Amino acid sequence: MTAATQQRVRAGSGGIATTRSGHLRSRKRRDRTTTIVRFVIALIICAVMAFPFYWMVVVALSPKDDLFSSVFKLWPSRLTLDNFTGVFASYDIVTWLGNSLVITVFVTVLGVVVNLLAGYAFAKLRFLGRNAMFFAALATLVLPVQVTMVAQFRLVTDLGFYGTYWAVILPSAATATGVFLARQFILGIPDELLEAAKIDGAGSFRLFRSIVLPLCRPLIAVLVVLIAMATWNDFAWPLIALKQDYLFTLPIGLLFLQGQTTPDFTQVMALSLVTVVPMIVLFLATQRYFVQGIARSGIR
Amino acid sequence: MTGVAAGGAVAAATARPPQSRRSGRRRARWRETLLGYSFAGPNLLLLGLFLLYPLGLAAVLSFTRYTGFGAPAWIGIGNYADLLSDAVFWRALANTTVFTVATLALSLGLGLAIAVLLNRALPGRALFRTIVYAPMVVSGVASGLIGVLMFDENTGVVDKALIAAGLPPIPWQSNGTAALIAVILMTVWGRTGFNMVIYLAGLQGIGQELYEAAELEGASAWQRFRSITVPLLGPSTFFLLIMNVIYSFQVFDLVFVLTGGGPGNATTMLTTYAYANAFTTRAQGYAAAIGMVLLVLMLAFAAAQWRLNRGRDVTE
Repeated sequence: MTAATQQRVRAGSGGIATTRSGHLRSRKRRDRTTTIVRFVIALIICAVMAFPFYWMVVVALSPKDDLFSSVFKLWPSRLTLDNFTGVFASYDIVTWLGNSLVITVFVTVLGVVVNLLAGYAFAKLRFLGRNAMFFAALATLVLPVQVTMVAQFRLVTDLGFYGTYWAVILPSAATATGVFLARQFILGIPDELLEAAKIDGAGSFRLFRSIVLPLCRPLIAVLVVLIAMATWNDFAWPLIALKQDYLFTLPIGLLFLQGQTTPDFTQVMALSLVTVVPMIVLFLATQRYFVQGIARSGIR
Repeated sequence: MTGVAAGGAVAAATARPPQSRRSGRRRARWRETLLGYSFAGPNLLLLGLFLLYPLGLAAVLSFTRYTGFGAPAWIGIGNYADLLSDAVFWRALANTTVFTVATLALSLGLGLAIAVLLNRALPGRALFRTIVYAPMVVSGVASGLIGVLMFDENTGVVDKALIAAGLPPIPWQSNGTAALIAVILMTVWGRTGFNMVIYLAGLQGIGQELYEAAELEGASAWQRFRSITVPLLGPSTFFLLIMNVIYSFQVFDLVFVLTGGGPGNATTMLTTYAYANAFTTRAQGYAAAIGMVLLVLMLAFAAAQWRLNRGRDVTE
């Protein structure tokens, strides 16, 4: 290669380098503009998504007159806690809260246990009819309670559960979602691990307790969050099964408030806030598990 | 796959000549079956008792006249014959279909758009994502009540805003279409976050180099979205299609609280109509028949997706 061509090559490559850096600079600028556009769009979407929450809080903290004034206003004329004190004074909210809590805790504990055990069986044990049973359990996902409600109501009455918490707890514990999540997770535990323990002479229940269970902590967290949330928010079946006001859960209580002859919507929103806030807190505290559980299984 | 493996093991066990070994294997298999049923037992017992048994009983009740008290009276296919000429039933079926299609299209489209928007780095991205999926944790009852408040045609904030902007207010309670739109909007609000989560997970699986290659070839952002993102998210979309149809078809809480099926029967769904028959007019046999129709539609849908999806395995 002659010195001249070498120089030309160098000049050429230098030329390419300058146009490339120019290209990069314009690209960088373009990227910054798109980032700003994306940011603004995200802001607008999130404002719309957050608005119903915001409005619930505003109405719960507003004096009653605000609701009936014809003026369009996005904040309370003055902040007040009257709606909270009012709703707690006029209704037995503490009892409803307690009912919600008791039912949620029982369903969650029972649900985690039965779904975890079944998930293990469906994932790691070979038995006659296993796949048929699993698909039957999974198929209940497409079964709305309105299909079975009449018969189910008769059943819980016949069993003597009507008028007790059990009318809601027992039918809610085993779920398609729970079994599915548990099976999927436990499938991921390597068989070699279980075989090794088996060779060491561990019995099946000990195997489950000492090998499977400790590995299932993330699964249990997901199950707890999803089951607790579904139970706390459950409405259709409790509406049918919990007719006595001393058994009302919060969603049923909310409906009861709405059904008054002159419903007070500021109080309704105050109570809505009371029911939603624990779930928001639980969600924020366990967001990672919650989102993971949904992303992994695709089921909420 | 495990079924095939088990089949292979069985074949291997039966092919082996020594008698003692074979019976030993059989005994081991029996033990594992017993074990399997004891682990799955509590779950199967609860599902069987509180879902499958009532399902069977509901199927029987759908052929009877039954008020919920006393003995059901057998009337053959009477309830189903009545359904054919029941205008409210057909309205409920049409409403459920319209509602399902509308919520599906809107929440899937929005979920995808927001997932793409929030997939790449963006200041405050984590907070934006949290805000989009937060509505998921709000119960149907609470979102229904928020909807009641926002969409009230006399005191609602939406109509007040429209009036303030010089636009005509929308009669959310007296117009059937408007009422259905309110139900759809509140549902989409609660559902979009779920769809976004699934789409975000799907987007994680698409290699960045595909986009870089397409960009070098001069593909525009829209072209890249159309011919890389959308096709490669196919499995996610398919899955979401199924889940959203299942959820939408079963809608109850929100409609019950927000509109109660009104005005007229403009927002009556199959589920709310079944409920009204069972516990308001106490035509429980008739309600059971509506439930059976609902079930058959769900199963037909499940079967259809199963056929479409033979090559793919959603559950694995």
